[in-house]
Amino acid sequence: MNLLWLQSGGCGGCSMSLLCHESADLFGLLADAGIEIAWHPSLSEASADEVLDQLAVYERGEQPLDMLCIEGALLRGPHGSGGFHRLAGSGRPMTEIVRSLAQRARYVIAVGSCAAYGGITAAGANLTDACGLQYEDHLGGGLLGADFVSRGGMPVINIAGCPTHPGWVVDSLMALSLGQLTPRDLDPVGRPRFYADRLVHHGCPRNEFYEFKASAEQPSQQGCLMEHMGCKGTRAHADCNTRLWNGSGSCLRGGFACIACTEPGFEEPGHPLSQTPKIAGIPIGLPLDMPKAWFVALGALSKSATPRRVRENAVSFRVEVPPDSSKPPGMKP
Amino acid sequence: MGRRIVVGPFNRVEGDLEVALEFEQDRISAAYVNSPLFRGFEQMLIGKHPLDALHFVPRICGICSVAQSAAASMALAQAAGLSPCENGRICAALTQAIENLADHLSHFVLFFMPDFARADYAERAWSVEAVERYKAIAGSARREVVPARTRLLETMGLLAGRWPHTGSLQPGGSARPIDASERLRLYALLRGFRAFLERTLLGDALEAVAAIDSVGSLRAWAAAAPRGDFGRFLRIADDLDLWRLGRATDRYLSYGAYLLPEGPLYPGGVWDGGPRPLHLDAIAEDVSHAWMGGDTARPRDGSTVPMPDKPGAYSWCKAPRLAGEVVEVGALARQVVAGHPLARDMIRHGGSVAARVVARLLEMARTLPEMERWVMRLQPDEPFCAEFELPQDADGVGLVEAARGSLGHWLSIRRGRIASYQIIAPTTWNFSPRDAAGQPGALEQALVGVAAGADRRAPVSVQHIVRSFDPCMVCTVH
Repeated sequence: MNLLWLQSGGCGGCSMSLLCHESADLFGLLADAGIEIAWHPSLSEASADEVLDQLAVYERGEQPLDMLCIEGALLRGPHGSGGFHRLAGSGRPMTEIVRSLAQRARYVIAVGSCAAYGGITAAGANLTDACGLQYEDHLGGGLLGADFVSRGGMPVINIAGCPTHPGWVVDSLMALSLGQLTPRDLDPVGRPRFYADRLVHHGCPRNEFYEFKASAEQPSQQGCLMEHMGCKGTRAHADCNTRLWNGSGSCLRGGFACIACTEPGFEEPGHPLSQTPKIAGIPIGLPLDMPKAWFVALGALSKSATPRRVRENAVSFRVEVPPDSSKPPGMKP
Repeated sequence: MGRRIVVGPFNRVEGDLEVALEFEQDRISAAYVNSPLFRGFEQMLIGKHPLDALHFVPRICGICSVAQSAAASMALAQAAGLSPCENGRICAALTQAIENLADHLSHFVLFFMPDFARADYAERAWSVEAVERYKAIAGSARREVVPARTRLLETMGLLAGRWPHTGSLQPGGSARPIDASERLRLYALLRGFRAFLERTLLGDALEAVAAIDSVGSLRAWAAAAPRGDFGRFLRIADDLDLWRLGRATDRYLSYGAYLLPEGPLYPGGVWDGGPRPLHLDAIAEDVSHAWMGGDTARPRDGSTVPMPDKPGAYSWCKAPRLAGEVVEVGALARQVVAGHPLARDMIRHGGSVAARVVARLLEMARTLPEMERWVMRLQPDEPFCAEFELPQDADGVGLVEAARGSLGHWLSIRRGRIASYQIIAPTTWNFSPRDAAGQPGALEQALVGVAAGADRRAPVSVQHIVRSFDPCMVCTVH
């Protein structure tokens, strides 16, 4: 399958992240899965007229286009003209080019939350009238419309994330190429379920602190970031703490809160991103599928049961109190 | 007027880029650089909580992401009257340096060198080798370079959670403490990257490369052994005379890079035939040829108001000027200002494509040994982040060096919220349009005089000149 990758209202970070894929030879891996990169803005030789000629061939349907990957939001402004991004050398709004290519492509793939939902580019007053390919925030629509289905019988595949994990992109492309991705494999906002059916909370190294509601109050402290620091890991759909980033990382492992960057509308949560909004001292964003009263009751109980080790380590940048080693497990009592 | 062509999209730059070229007597007589994408980060930030900037600004750019974070955290620290703790400063310097080295590597091998594998050069003696090694996507260099970059960026998994778009950099230091075992893993990863650079990219010890002090000794060094990809580039550069291609203003700016407790590793300033002090108040952005409203303003007083139908405008990019003058930024500027003898010798007869590329490779060789020492200075038992309170009303400026040059953030906080946020990015300097006085930007100057190609397309040397600046277009307009 050939793959055409275009960028519009985004930062290019999903492409840069893709290059961090763990394989020994990323391009070799894709080629082996039957994926031929027809053009990518960061990687290909063709430039200027050579690219415009190639796009025209796909737009006119003279050559089949298998995978159309779009990175970055689609900018419909100003006044519906698409003029905030006209593809260099063409004078044409990128929105027009993407709309036309999407009708030809077998599969259309939104790489990153900007292309999926509008993302960070749609923040604030959304000056550029940015939207995703098939969504505007969580609402169906976007550039291509809620009912869009590509020639291959799929809606837009939303590899959401800001940026995307390289594994999400490679696995999605390989699954498509090998015929293993169907509409049933996407969640209700179009994300591949192989990573969106997980929560960032799963595998979080701060889990013991979460269990005891032992919370960090300042950056660099080891405690749970949910109570004060804005963490949305218990509600954010992604496998960031089981499929790690750059070898051994994740946002939580980097000491900062999950801002739920795989979710539609994450960029405007209505509160400062590094603070947890609360009502009467209770965080309003509790785990989605847990009765609030139980959460509060369990929280109160676990707080009163918190070991000194967990309580003190939670508000320190280092291990102040190591685990008790006076009674090694496995020895007779 | 002679013929005029519009060239774009330029790829292997970060973002989208269009250049209009006018020709007279088979030479480029004028160039007009258009940054065709506008997103509006400066407006987005107005009214937000000041710490939200730490989540927004890295997302301006997927390749200068940490540099953006560092500039914001520095501006916030200055606004809060805060001095980051020693560990925090070292972590900030390390993460910035890692990003810059990774960017230098991907620029050189993935963005810049593939143009020498073009059919235009099929007759050259080095063509077969260039195609085998640097051909876009297919070339053999990628099998060594991409994994080496990936391994280097595993340091970011430890120091910053991930790359790009980390939230670890904080006004008080770093949110990510490093323990004794992690310090060793960081050191081992940097040593592994050193081995790759010495074996594959540079073909000599980093210290030996960093000690090259003139163009003459560079040539002698390159003649003495194969010297890896650096040597391959130097042979091409001599053959195509890239030393006399792409001269811009010969006036250089650096804010200074890697601010350690004892001071910056590469001191900042201005070079204009000799070292000059930098007066920040002399920086102003002209909007005469940008699709922007308002007048020329210093960034602390600036605004960003798009005017898509503005007559006479041809780019979304404003035109920053230093005391009314065009300056060039980047690794060459940084090393010239910091006083490296090879960098200064390379610009003796004017800046060039070759000088810009050599400066990046030189900078990798100079910086990595320092980074190895910084890692070992981290003290796991000392704090990594100073506590702080944000003021209700304050101003701050954050000045850093991204891989591709000087990046500045100007922040105003009023009643606890961001009242103004203005950004001047490296490529805003290098790829600015004309100003009210008609002065072309640095790239616009660098393209003038280039010989036209045989057909209507832009000559391939235009590709080299454009990419020699390592442009980042998503930062340029933001």
